[in-house]
Amino acid sequence: MSLHNPHIDWQTFTDGLWKENPVFVMLLGMCPVLAVTNSAINALAMGLATTFVLLASGLLVSLLRHQIPKQVRIATYILIIATFVTIVDYLIQAISLELYNALGAFIQLIVVNCMILGRAEAYASKHRVAKSLLNALGMGLGFTFALLCLGVVREVLGAGSLFGVDLFGSQFEPWVVMVLPPGGFIVLGGWLLLFEWLRERRAAAQLEKEAARAR
Amino acid sequence: MTNKAQIEIRTSPHAHSGADVVQIMRTVALALLPLAGWGVWRYGLSAALLLLTTLLGCLLAERLFNRMRGQPSSLGDWSAVITGLLLGLSLPPGFPLWMGLVAAFAAIGLGKALFGGLGMNPLNPALVGRAFVQAAFPAAITTWTPALFDGRFTNPVPSTLAWPFLRPDDIGPWLHERAVDGFTGATPLALMKYEGQSIPLTDLLMGGGAGSIGEAALLILVCGLFLAFKRMLDWRIPVSIMASTALFAWLAQLFDPSAPGPLIMLCSGGLMLGAWFMATDMVGSPMTPLGVLIYGVLIGFVTEVIRLFGGLGEGVMYAILLGNAAAPLIDQWTQPRVFGAAKARTSASARKSA
Repeated sequence: MSLHNPHIDWQTFTDGLWKENPVFVMLLGMCPVLAVTNSAINALAMGLATTFVLLASGLLVSLLRHQIPKQVRIATYILIIATFVTIVDYLIQAISLELYNALGAFIQLIVVNCMILGRAEAYASKHRVAKSLLNALGMGLGFTFALLCLGVVREVLGAGSLFGVDLFGSQFEPWVVMVLPPGGFIVLGGWLLLFEWLRERRAAAQLEKEAARAR
Repeated sequence: MTNKAQIEIRTSPHAHSGADVVQIMRTVALALLPLAGWGVWRYGLSAALLLLTTLLGCLLAERLFNRMRGQPSSLGDWSAVITGLLLGLSLPPGFPLWMGLVAAFAAIGLGKALFGGLGMNPLNPALVGRAFVQAAFPAAITTWTPALFDGRFTNPVPSTLAWPFLRPDDIGPWLHERAVDGFTGATPLALMKYEGQSIPLTDLLMGGGAGSIGEAALLILVCGLFLAFKRMLDWRIPVSIMASTALFAWLAQLFDPSAPGPLIMLCSGGLMLGAWFMATDMVGSPMTPLGVLIYGVLIGFVTEVIRLFGGLGEGVMYAILLGNAAAPLIDQWTQPRVFGAAKARTSASARKSA
């Protein structure tokens, strides 16, 4: 694997993780982000399911990008995405019924996750297969990372456990609000705040360094 | 630079009463001290520790968020002191201290720093903090302890000293040991709502029964009136809240004679504290005279609705938060006509003349 292969663009992969993170930067797909992050395991499962759909639909859209007529492209993308969502739906049901029940309707709702449609429209339909796959993988892992960020905080504070493992013993007082919808908004806001603050600090440091060099 | 204009240009107001933000805040904080003292006398060490925790927590949070935002310290404007005191006064005396600290950080962080500090906060910070812990720890915030129990200055309520993140011990055995007769752990309003018991009015006025640290209607009235006479709060707000609460309580009693009457509604729960000290927050309340009245009536009405029909026994907190949220809208509706300007036309008449 060569880093200089023109078909493989690592930038597009890392952008999805951090610089163009679908949740923390683009604020896309807020519905699953807020709804299923009440525990770390739910967040991880939703993130991986979404990553799979992203990868598979990215592959197919990229392969068929010259065949899909411009006029019906959105409908075609949705159809492709829906196919893979159905597969994921049955897969999760087969692997863990408990998880399936915990995630509820939000698995089927991956179809309308605007991030996936956005990737198909903005990237996969304009790039080669390898690039599209890398982009989808970056975005999917970035999405999973963001969901985990929320899920970990909400599970630790709201249930005193992490991935179902008790952290504080039986005397723990759960912060009820954290597993309720308002907790999702509060924690998302907190992470956004933290990342924006870090970004600003880094930009300020960069500016200072450049100013020093100019001097 | 020699012919630089000597005229100083300023925006209104030009005539100033002399009281600046710091002075007002300091006076309000002073007016809260008798309440805090009374609460400590009634509930003892637990109340003192909790008040101290929320106070220091608010100051600490204020400083921390100042630093994060790269601002000079705003501890000197006394607003964090008020938030800390009000928050402490609105909590039950046996509230675990670590939860008090969480409430203080939520109050300053979510309620104030997030919106840009003093003068920018749309909601009363103390109430934001209280609402947060009400949602996070619903059991602890509805665990009430009796007032004036023996040995209150030497031994705190056991739930006060719960370890951080851990559930406070059940105070049942402790209550039993104290042999507090007839104490059910329910507030006067809850007693009336769920068990049909009534409470002597003198208890409510002095804050005798179970309740938050600062629930002593008469003392609040005195401190509030002091501030109103010093023109540090808008008397229209508490008066309209109290009047509308009384009116709606009277109406409710017409339909259902078992509903609590106006006097009980006025003196119980956090109504007095909320009406005089929280709803009057200068940032969160409307500015126009008519708007203030609408705001007060809205708070009174929502309080009544929650108390009579809601799942909770008390409703002042959510009523005031709702009122705060509606304040900018009320201000927009009740803009006074600019002196000399034509009377604002309704859209219908404008269309007719067009």
